[in-house]
Formats: sequence, structure tokens, C-alpha cells
Amino acid sequence: MDITTADRQPKNRVALTINGDRHDLEIHPWVTLLDLLRGPMQLSGTKKGCDHGQCGACTVLIDGERMNSCLKFAVTLDGAEITTIEGLGRPENMHPMQKAFVEHDAYQCGYCTPGQICSAVGLLKEGKAGTREEIREMMSGNLCRCGAYVNIADAIEDVMGQEARCGIREAAE
Amino acid sequence: MLNEKNIFGFPLPRIDGPLKTTGTAPYAAEYHDPGMLFGHAFYATIASGRIVSIDTAKAEAYPGVVKVYTHKNRPDTASSDDAWKDEVAVPGHPLRPLENDRILYDGQPIALVIAESFEAARDAADLIQVAYEADEPHTNIEVEKAKSYVPPEARKEAFLPTDPRGDAEGAYEAAPFKIDAEYVQEGEHHNPMELFGTTVIRGEDGYLTVHDKTQGSQNSHDYVCGIFKLKPETVRVVNAYVGGAFGSGLRPKHQLFFAVMASLDLKRSVRVEMSRREMFYLTWRPATVQRMQVAADAEGRLMSVRHHAVQATSLYEDYQENVVNWSGLAYKCDNVKLSYELAKTTLSTPGDMRAPGAATGFLALESAIDELAYKVGMDPLEFRVKNFVTYDQNDDLKLTSKALDACYREGAKRFGWSKRSQEPGSMRDGHDLVGWGTATGVWEATLSPAEAKVRLFPDGKITVMAAASDIGTGTYTILAQIAAQNLGQTADRVSVLIGDSTMPKTAVEGGSWTAASSGSAVQAGCLEVKKTLLSLAQKMENSPLAGAEVEDLAIRDNRLVLDKNDQMGLAIADILGSNGMSSVEGHGKIAPDEEQAKEWVSYTHSAIFVEVKIDAELGVPRVTKIVSAIAAGKIINPKTARSQILGGVVMGLGMAMQEEGMIDHRTGRIMNHNLAEYHIPAHADVQDIEVIFVEEEDDKASPIGVKGLGEIGIVGVGAAVANAIFHATGTRHRHFPITIDKIMEGLPAR
Ligand code: FES
Ligand code: FES
Repeated sequence: MDITTADRQPKNRVALTINGDRHDLEIHPWVTLLDLLRGPMQLSGTKKGCDHGQCGACTVLIDGERMNSCLKFAVTLDGAEITTIEGLGRPENMHPMQKAFVEHDAYQCGYCTPGQICSAVGLLKEGKAGTREEIREMMSGNLCRCGAYVNIADAIEDVMGQEARCGIREAAE
Repeated sequence: MLNEKNIFGFPLPRIDGPLKTTGTAPYAAEYHDPGMLFGHAFYATIASGRIVSIDTAKAEAYPGVVKVYTHKNRPDTASSDDAWKDEVAVPGHPLRPLENDRILYDGQPIALVIAESFEAARDAADLIQVAYEADEPHTNIEVEKAKSYVPPEARKEAFLPTDPRGDAEGAYEAAPFKIDAEYVQEGEHHNPMELFGTTVIRGEDGYLTVHDKTQGSQNSHDYVCGIFKLKPETVRVVNAYVGGAFGSGLRPKHQLFFAVMASLDLKRSVRVEMSRREMFYLTWRPATVQRMQVAADAEGRLMSVRHHAVQATSLYEDYQENVVNWSGLAYKCDNVKLSYELAKTTLSTPGDMRAPGAATGFLALESAIDELAYKVGMDPLEFRVKNFVTYDQNDDLKLTSKALDACYREGAKRFGWSKRSQEPGSMRDGHDLVGWGTATGVWEATLSPAEAKVRLFPDGKITVMAAASDIGTGTYTILAQIAAQNLGQTADRVSVLIGDSTMPKTAVEGGSWTAASSGSAVQAGCLEVKKTLLSLAQKMENSPLAGAEVEDLAIRDNRLVLDKNDQMGLAIADILGSNGMSSVEGHGKIAPDEEQAKEWVSYTHSAIFVEVKIDAELGVPRVTKIVSAIAAGKIINPKTARSQILGGVVMGLGMAMQEEGMIDHRTGRIMNHNLAEYHIPAHADVQDIEVIFVEEEDDKASPIGVKGLGEIGIVGVGAAVANAIFHATGTRHRHFPITIDKIMEGLPAR
């Protein structure tokens, strides 16, 4: 197929729930979730660092799982629940992971940060990382050129500890 | 109210933190305007030559495409080189995108597609067809160095190698212990996580608000005004948040030119964002070959230092950095000879990358010093201590402070250096060879001229304004702390407005000078505020401050009071009210003290200690422990300061073991222009790093006692890693980065 005829393809309909709000959208099949978020949805908290699945800056939660949004075509996600950094918490009402990043100075320029935070939230939900070593291993898809890794590991460990303590308390109650 | 949270030395979390962690802080390519157009650059696929023909018909016909620009239809711009030279340009002819048919490097932008959507612009660019006439590429520094030359025009006088002293050749010949070695370093690419992007929002009256990824909004502003002949008051450049830059954002990039050009031509708002691949075709840390000849006597005294460096530059500009002068001032030595040359390559002009010159120079110097210590048979740390120097021997200047000895002591203690055994390969941890290495770093502590405005309101709120940038360095936070400290408020009362070309004049953010310069300007602005308040207060009837001097004053609980007796004073609201004012503003200005510079010079110093563990069979290296001890004057915010050093150390690890722009020298093209193949440290590569700030009083480096931290963290790290690898394996690696294949070849026989 001649690429120039591609635009004559009809747009596709998809329904996406983004940060709790349902959106019925008509989009071209070649639009990535990342470009949909950053462009038409104006949710630019999700960052573009490479567009090739190599940096993790675009990490969001799709049905609770962390995913590089640059690697997902939006049309393939009909019915999905997407949580972006904006959906995790706002400046006046931050998610514990966002708070921990502020407290531990787990960033510098802040550009990889939304991806790191979404990835860290996904990581904790997976429940596979138990040690600092494992956190590092399983967060390695999220690059930080400012080199905030030590502090990011601290922040994640901190939240992991908080969750564990809550878990113990809940079990005891 | 005054509490501890605003004073110097308090680890205040970044005031912009909640915006950054919630995705609320907008970066350059994140501003929207209905009807905005999108640009995508198309770049050359040869390294050198000319465009014979370029066919854009298919791209133009692609749905959604508005216009395609090439050298054939580019709008007119200023014709003199002067207009194209930005604040930090280097000698030569700056690149003018789409100027003509010449190709000077692989990846040079040769067309720009403007379309109604990002996707259309990107996809249409693939339809452009070009025929080239290619010339021979020249990209290998180890070959091109044969044609090296002394740059005819110096970028800065301070970058010229200092004059030789003593008799370096004679002392070398006479000395019992010597090292003569060559160190090669491949080119590096900055790769900040944020892609270079510019969004131009065009107002109805043609006013342009330009959101640019830059380290200096005023530099970008003056650049576009110069080349497009615009009235300065019709353009505003904003860089409110910058997603890293590390030097790559000092000079304007082609996306700024493209976005403004298209916006002016099409009278629309325009955004142009680079791809990650394009980020490899600009400003890079140049490949360098260095020869070190160093010699010592039997007691380990440094007798002779010769350092010669050849660095890559482009065909069109002579980029230069200070690589060799460090070797004349890091240690006491009376016989020194330094030289620096360039070699032309068919690559884009290199640029400053974190600690430009020093990161490179210390790679060679600190490797050679380690080699020499081993020749003499001395502990490498002891050797360094032995050759400690207390003044700048290059220019015979006094140092405003130098607590490097404390860095050595405290760093070694924290690391446990005394438990090290000297013999290479003598330390083990199970299957791993263990190596401990050390190195020293030095960076200049400079001030650049800076201005700031400080406005105080009756309720104690403060606004700080400056065209300074925060590229992740913590500028927002420390300026708030400085204003709060000086005006007796908490930092949360301070709004910091920076990253805007309409604010008071500030140089580009670079060279680690922002904290000292803008910080001092803010302090000066606060003093002006107090002076104005005092003179207003003294005009009031029965003023309790009638005889007071500004030095006697403090601000507490929104009152201007005598520091020693805060019963004596007046409410700021009353002072302003009785003078019919709603706020008071102070304009602070600072400039380097030229008189002082005739006698004194300032540097930051570091001692780095590194542990590597290397799999004895497979050569897999892991850096398991680092202590970085830093002497950098007063630390305003230990939290952000520590992060700056951590970042420098991590980038230093990349420099030592991973980062390498790979070029196919047959075609002159960059092969690994993506983050999967250009390796930078990831989470799993970085284990524990400890940062120590040693006490260092300095009343001369800057009015606020600050020296700056952006660069010193990286200096010396590469050599410390190389020295640790030597200690583990017994093999000296002199070709950086020291990747696993090289380590494997150098493993001791089993
Ligand atoms: S932008 Fe998606 S992984 Fe880099
Ligand atoms: S904070 Fe800058 S890239 Fe991670």
C-alpha cells in the first residue's frame, strides 16, 4: 500500500478510561498512546524520551500494569483503564510515591520522573521486588540521565516499607 | 515567621518538587495552542559532500502537510556570521540550517516538514528523496590527529595552555621513575532525557512567546532576534522547566531556528521537537587523544609533567576546552609543559558537556598519576597527599580556599582505604576480583555577572525574579532559601520567577556558576530591599530606627527590627503604608571582582574512592561502592547539593565504562544513535554512592560563600574507576570507555 493513501483509512473508534474519565475517541490507527496523551488529551505529564521503548519516560499504568505508552497504539486499547501521573495525585494531594520522590529528592530535572513514579507504583503492585537489589534490577527500564538512581531506590524502598507496615497493621486488626 | 527551614544548610525539599512529581511542570514541547502546526526535521545520511537534488513533491502531497522547507526555499535570514553567533559561540562559522547544499556532518538537518499533526510531519519526512555527491569522511580522531593544529583563534584566553615552567624535558630525563602513556577517549553524547523542543505561540499581534529547551532564555532570545531581525520587545523566550541539558542546551539548537522560522513564515503557532536520533547529531563531548609524560623522584615527589591533548572539532567551528591546564595546578610541580591542539573531523561541532575539559583532562592526568605512584611503589593516595599544592602554580595565584586535604582524610576514612593492599589482584571477594581506586578532581569556581529583582510585600510574601535557569540543579529552591534567609521569612513565602528572557539579565546556566552568581544577586537585591525600608522607616515620625544602620537590621515577624533588640522596630506593613506603597523592590547586581582576581583564584576540589568487583572468569564489572568527598565552600541545600554530586558521579561511571558514540569510520556515520545501543548507566548499574561535603570556609569565592557543584561531581570519576580496575586485574586500560570486552582481555591468566 502506498503510504500516502494511508490517511484515507477511516479513523477508529475506541473508548478509553483515562484517570477515571471515559473518553470516546476517533483516532488514526498509527497514533501511539503516548502521542494521544501528550497531544489531543493535553496530559503532558507523560513524557517522551525516545519513542522507541528504550527509556521508560512514557511509562503509564494500563489496567494497573506498567507499560511504555510509546509502544502501544491507542486503537489497540479499547476498553482499557489508563492511569497517568496526573491520575496518581495532584500537587496538593500527592500519591505516597510522589511524596516519597519529593522527600528523597529522587529527581533533578524531573523529566524521567513521571515515568519512574508510574513504574515504581506498578512495581510495588507486581510484588516481585523484595530487596534493594531487586528494585534496581526491575526499575532498569526507566533511565534517569540526571543520575538520581540512589535516591529513587530510597524513595521506592521507603514506600515499600510503608506498605509493608500498613499490611502488618491491617493483618493484626 | 522565622524558623530553621529557611536558613542556609537546611535540606529543604525542592519547591518545584510537587509540580515535577505530578506531571504538572510544563517543559518546552508541552505548551498547546489551537491550530498549532508541527515540524519534523529531515537529516542528511552522508557525512560530507553536497546535495545534488532534493525531491519534496511526495512529502508536500502527503495529507496534512503545510510546507516543506529546504535550502531552496528557506526564508531570508541575517547574512553575517556575527548575527548567528550566540552568547557562547566558539570561533568559526556557526551552522545556519538550510543555508546551502553543503553537508558538513552525518545527521545535518537538510529539510523541515511542517504539518497539521506531528504524525503527518514525521511520516511525510520519510518521503523526501535526496541525491548526494559524497566526499570522503574523516571521523577517526586517532587518524585525524596526524593533521592536528593549534587553533588560530582561542575560544577564551583562559583555555590557552599556560606557559611552560622549569625544564620539563630535562627533569623527566633525569628522574628515576617515569610514565609515558597515551589515553584515548571516544566521543560522548549528552542525551538529556527531554528531547530538544521549541513551541512558538504566536499572538494575534505577531508577538512570539517561545518555549525553548535551553540553558539560557536570553541567549535564545538574542539569537532569534539577531537572525530574524526581530525587535527584542516582540519576542519572549521561556524555559521554565528544562529536562536536563548538561551543557547541550548552552548554544541554541536547530529546532529553535526551525520553529521560529516556520512561525514567522506561516504566521501560525509551531512546535518542533527532535527525535532521540537527532539528539546524537549535535553538541557532543569530543573524542580526545592525550599523551601524558610524568616523572617522580625516589621519595615520590612529582618532578615533571607534560600533557598534550588533541581533540576533535568540526569543519566549520573550532570548539575548544581547557583540557591540559589542570595538569599544571593539580599538584606541586616545578617543571611543566602543556599543549593543546584540534583535529578537524566531518562531525558536528562538539560542545560543553558536564565539566568540559576537566572531565577529559583528569581522565588522563589521574590515570597517569596512579601509574606513577605504582612505579615509585607508593600508595596512590599517599602519593597525591605528598604532592599537595597550596596555590595555583600556573598563574602564581593564591587560592581562596582548598580543603582537599580534608576530602582525602574524610573520604579515605569513610571508604576504609587503610584496609587496601597495594598489590594488584590481591583483593578478592569469593569469585570476584576486588579493586580499589582513587582520583582527585578540580573545577573552577567562577562568578558570572548576574542581576535579580526581589520584591517584598507587607504580608511577608517575597517574589524573586531573574532570567536564571533551573536545569535540574535546584535553582528555584536555593534562590527561595537565599531570599527567605535574607528577609527573615520561610521559603514557602517566596515565589521564584525564573526561566524567562524578560527577567533581569543572567548569563546562560553553565560552568557551575548559577548558585554563586544568581544567589549573590538575590542577596544583593534583599539588601537593597532592606536599605529602602530603612530609609522609608527613618522618614517616619519618632522612628525607633532613626539612628540605625542597615547592618544592624533584621526582619522578624514581618517587622523591620534591630537585630540585637527586636523590640525596637516597625511593621513592614506600616512602613509601606505610611509611604503609600504596596510593596518594596530591590534590584541586585553582581559582577566578578577584577581586583581580587589579580591575586586570588577559586576552585572546587574532590577526592573519589571507588570499589569495583570483577568476575574473575567473565570480566563482568560492577562498581559496588563510591565515596565522593567534595570541598565546595558553603552548601546552601545539602539535599539538592548531594543530588548534583550523585548525578555527576553517575555520569562519570558512564564515561568510564559505557558511553561511546560509535562511528562507522568508512562512512563517517554514527551507528548507535539510540538509547538501546548508546549505553548510559541504568538503575542496576548504580549501587551505593556516598557524598561527603567537607567544611570549607570561603569569603572570597562569591559574596554568599558558595562555589558551585554542577561539574565537580564528575571530575576524576573515570580515572578512579580505571585505577580500581587496574588494582583488581593488574591491567592498565587507557582507551575509554573501559567496556566489558576490554576488561575480559585484560583479566589475569588463571
Ligand atoms: S518514550 Fe517510551 S520508552 Fe522512551
Ligand atoms: S530527573 Fe532528570 S532524567 Fe531523571
